[in-house]
Amino acid sequence: MSQKVIITPEAFEYMEKVTGTDGVEVRVNLPKEIIEQINEICDSFDNDPGELINVLHEAQNRFGYLPAEVQDMVAHNLHIPVAQVYGVVTFYSYFSMIPKGEHPISICVGTACYVRGAERVLEEFIKELGIKVGETTPDGRFSINCLRCVGACGLAPVVLVGDKVYGRVSPDGVKQIIAEYSS
Amino acid sequence: MSHYKMHLLVCAGTGCHSSESDLVYEMLHDEVERKGLSNDVQVIRTGCFGFCEKGPIVKVLPDNTFYTEVKPGDAQEIIDEHVIKGRKVERLLYLDPETNEHVLDSKHMGFYKKQLRVALRNCGTIDPENIDESIARDAYMALGKVITEMTPRETIELIKRSGLRGRGGAGFPTGLKWEITSKNHGDRKYVVCNADEGDPGAFMDRSILEGDPHSVLEAMAICGYCIGASEGLIYIRAEYPLAIRRLRIAISQAQSYGLLGENIFGSDFSFNIKLRYGAGAFVCGEETALIHSMEGLRGEPTNKPPFPAERGYLGKPTCVNNVETFANIPVIVLKGAEWFASIGTEKSKGTKVFALAGKINNVGLIEVPMGITLREIIYEIGGGVKEGKKFKAVQTGGPSGGCLTEKHLDTPIDYESLMAAGSMMGSGGMIVLDEDDCMVSVAKFYLDFIVEESCGKCAPCRIGSKRLYETLDRITLGKGEQEDIEILKNLGMVMKDTALCGLGQTAPNPVLSTLDNFKEEYLEHVNEKKCRSGQCRDLLYYVILEEECTGCMACTRVCPTHAIIGERRNPHVINQEVCIKCGACMEKCQFDAISLQKDYPREVQLTTNNELTV
Ligand SMILES: Cc1cc2nc3c(=O)[nH]c(=O)nc-3n(C[C@H](O)[C@H](O)[C@H](O)COP(=O)(O)O)c2cc1C
Ligand code: SF4
Ligand code: SF4
Ligand code: SF4
Ligand code: FES
Ligand code: FES
Repeated sequence: MSQKVIITPEAFEYMEKVTGTDGVEVRVNLPKEIIEQINEICDSFDNDPGELINVLHEAQNRFGYLPAEVQDMVAHNLHIPVAQVYGVVTFYSYFSMIPKGEHPISICVGTACYVRGAERVLEEFIKELGIKVGETTPDGRFSINCLRCVGACGLAPVVLVGDKVYGRVSPDGVKQIIAEYSS
Repeated sequence: MSHYKMHLLVCAGTGCHSSESDLVYEMLHDEVERKGLSNDVQVIRTGCFGFCEKGPIVKVLPDNTFYTEVKPGDAQEIIDEHVIKGRKVERLLYLDPETNEHVLDSKHMGFYKKQLRVALRNCGTIDPENIDESIARDAYMALGKVITEMTPRETIELIKRSGLRGRGGAGFPTGLKWEITSKNHGDRKYVVCNADEGDPGAFMDRSILEGDPHSVLEAMAICGYCIGASEGLIYIRAEYPLAIRRLRIAISQAQSYGLLGENIFGSDFSFNIKLRYGAGAFVCGEETALIHSMEGLRGEPTNKPPFPAERGYLGKPTCVNNVETFANIPVIVLKGAEWFASIGTEKSKGTKVFALAGKINNVGLIEVPMGITLREIIYEIGGGVKEGKKFKAVQTGGPSGGCLTEKHLDTPIDYESLMAAGSMMGSGGMIVLDEDDCMVSVAKFYLDFIVEESCGKCAPCRIGSKRLYETLDRITLGKGEQEDIEILKNLGMVMKDTALCGLGQTAPNPVLSTLDNFKEEYLEHVNEKKCRSGQCRDLLYYVILEEECTGCMACTRVCPTHAIIGERRNPHVINQEVCIKCGACMEKCQFDAISLQKDYPREVQLTTNNELTV
């Protein structure tokens, strides 16, 4: 999941100017507003390295994902190596380094859903959208993710599109779900 | 809850929430207002009733009417008929599948008859976002009693006498854990509530937190009082937004009432609780990994000893307990150790919450006394196997557990008996499997999970689980060899002995236990290339039925591998050695002459071989 960091001349301008929460200058390829937001998040957790996971949660909530530059900035503010931040981001499946689709589709593959046929449903989504698990369609509209048990096992198999829950989904019903969001 | 004549309890648990229970709530609420009944009738949102299969649930008090599958559009009828005219809305009542009659109240539902709700005592009866309702049902009384009337020592003795054991999996005696932590010295100590609940398909802890958060907060404070800690942390999965929200509300309400914070009940005991979020890693349920995760690190386990009770969070003595373990504490304090110890079996006291799921009629959350049999759970509470299919096995303990089969149906369930049967209590997932489930595939499912969740720190688990998975995969693809069975066994034993943490040590359980109980299924896969359940698609065979085939040749034209042979107007045959099971022929045949069979068509294959060689 490596990311190419392209530094534009405009961004470089900013890079000269921005400072972290400790007032020390940093060079990160991010617009000033984003850096200010990251600073604000880190400040709200007192820049405590012990709060790294909470900081990342908050950052992902705001930005939708955690690109390398955001990790750089967080590492700088919490005074820890970027490697540690990257290590944490890649360890936990909840954190993502690529943006999710406009309509993120999550298929529950917990045991209850599995025994009621979640696998076939997942295959159908993969076939219909032409992307793999963890990917986003080139137009940025859909992404597929798996998760384990959303706690609606009575409705198994369960699919989430954003926050909306679809219960008792059959492979045949997949096209219809996608169609709902395709207009 | 006093001056109202009637209460409408609308389930707002995740299951019902997913099928629009919040709309049901709003419609009922509006209807009550419109009819001017707001002073007599109260509509509240509660936690899970357990009967998620038939959600959304609306329960009416005081008559215990239990409405199932309520749609927002039903609100008006419930108010008009039931609330105003006193006539129950029959079509929404639970239909007993055996007698085919509507059941008038929850007391007469098979689902509830054998249940005993201790940890779930308030789930589905109170509004979890309103602390007054919890207090009306004795919340924080136990904390008050402990702080004002008992010493920490006495309290620990009480918990020890009750026989309560950890509900997070291993079943370590809770009182003993508190005693050890209380004796360890540290300038600070911590109470940690393990709400990671990583077992896929289990949702007991979440339901408790969503339905009765104060019971857990109160118990954590009691634990803090006993071990000498003034800070508590709840490690909860970020995937549980509703539980997180309810906990936040509960904590702030408890603080504003002075039930958490400084100098609780006017004593010199202070206790605060903070939330920490997990981020989707099963291994973080393991206590040492959990502690590292709370410290902002990768959630990798470390060797025990030192146990968290000696050196835990930030190196200080830490008491880690499961959500359900905590939920039992306040009742034990109020009702006494002897009362609690009177429930259950000799070595396993009290009740256990299970998330019943899979091929069972009543999917949901149940709480039963220890010592109940599997038969009672499946046939009386669970309402039997779905669609009248044949019961095959129950998987307990999730990825660390194993399966119980028909021969275990009458074994009383407790920590020991599950262990003896090669499974374990685990956190309480209970997945019912029927004749359509392939046990090799089930084992493969869990190993797939383990491969994904292994933290990779130690080789036996990192490499071993991958090898186990690959071997199982080969078997389900019909490429298994006899020696693969030995590989599974030996590798499994090695992992059990050498893996660093509980995850790797228990990872082979699903394989070993299915091998023990369903060896013939493994052998069939390997020797006969047959999956009796029909679940392994690679072990199904496309066969042309001689009597049905008209010899139209439509199938031969679509077959991508030219596997179909035969003369025009004569029955065709499929050469299994060439067929890639794409299914194109079956789709094309207008005469339904192609069927999928579980047995390898040996004779047909012999003929095709002959024809090919001619
Ligand atoms: C791989 C693994 C996952 C675990 N997951 C959980 C979990 O999700 N919830 C939990 O309470 N305990 C879990 N445990 C058990 C904890 O390590 C610990 O024993 C437990 O939280 C102690 O609390 P108790 O004594 O109240 O059961 C897990 C253990 C292992 C090895
Ligand atoms: S057993 Fe598995 S999860 Fe546990 S430390 Fe080893 S690799 Fe990590
Ligand atoms: S399409 Fe059907 S009927 Fe026609 S040759 Fe094939 S199997 Fe026979
Ligand atoms: S299943 Fe596909 S490969 Fe096999 S015989 Fe039919 S068309 Fe040919
Ligand atoms: S396993 Fe899918 S919702 Fe529980
Ligand atoms: S979520 Fe409503 S009954 Fe379980």
